[in-house]
Amino acid sequence: MARPVQYNITDKPLEKPYSIVQGPEGYMGEGFFASKLSDVVGLARKNSIWPLPFATSCCGIEFMALMASHYDLARFGSERVSFTPRQCDLLMVIGTIAKKMAPVVKQVYLQMAEPRWVLAMGACASSGGIFDTYSVLQGIDQIIPVDVYVPGCPPRPEAVIDGFLRVQELVGSENLRRRNSPKYKELMETYGIQ
Amino acid sequence: MEKFGEQLTGWEEPYGMLTFTSDKNMNLKVLQFLYDDAELGFRFMTDLCAVHYPNEEGKELAVVYHLHNLKENVRIRYKIFTAIEKPDVYTASALFSAANWMERETYDFFGVNFLGHPNLKRILNIDEMDYFPLRKEYPLEDQKRTDKDDEMFGRD
Repeated sequence: MARPVQYNITDKPLEKPYSIVQGPEGYMGEGFFASKLSDVVGLARKNSIWPLPFATSCCGIEFMALMASHYDLARFGSERVSFTPRQCDLLMVIGTIAKKMAPVVKQVYLQMAEPRWVLAMGACASSGGIFDTYSVLQGIDQIIPVDVYVPGCPPRPEAVIDGFLRVQELVGSENLRRRNSPKYKELMETYGIQ
Repeated sequence: MEKFGEQLTGWEEPYGMLTFTSDKNMNLKVLQFLYDDAELGFRFMTDLCAVHYPNEEGKELAVVYHLHNLKENVRIRYKIFTAIEKPDVYTASALFSAANWMERETYDFFGVNFLGHPNLKRILNIDEMDYFPLRKEYPLEDQKRTDKDDEMFGRD
């Protein structure tokens, strides 16, 4: 007896036989491939970003949806959500950061190894959001530098994926010398980070 | 309540919860009696908080104790009032351990100085804070704030 299944009952061919990231531009000949080191490093980095979720509130629930099977951030090389800052590349600050929590966020950021990136998810992390009040930090960019802001209250998982792809763009195209440049040092010094 | 007689005032019963008031220096005696008396047995402190009444001169700050008799499932509310210039109140933390953190919170937000408290310092707010935020002394929105980046919010 046929099972009463209405969906996905016919085999669909894959659009491509496999899914693979486009290689960097370069010069190829028989047995060799020449390209820029920064492109290769960028390619490797951007497709295996290890996020550290610093989730404090309702945006964290949206983040859980993002990590779960439906939206599946693992598709972008980030299935390895880490809870130790030492191993992470991307600090995702998700939710309201009270002023009392600010030193904790900063400490977590300082414990991450360079190169490190920061994504502020939601209105509260970006600007304080609706909590225009004495106890809430008015945006985490007051204590640590932020690379990508994702607006929304809370943002939909699609919006976070979009923000994540922008982080990937930054990671993939970053100059390998950027973190040693005087300009970067200057930026860090504005946050009191050596 | 025969023990205290006229010293307990302000009897009322809003929404079915018996409420009364006394002089602020009697608070420990009253709480101890409510705790010890076999018939009353209010042995569980459910809440301790403060209220600021800026227009009540000489008794601006009210400290409110919520007590619960678990056996009879009866709740009671006990208030004391203190002047805001000298908000000294005896601590109930020796009688109810639950009062320890709740008194710290009350100190944190209203500045009630609980005499004899083992560790009276801020619990929820940042240690650097030099004011008591829930007192009704401030405009709804502080125009002098410097931590808000108004550039992005169209408030110039």
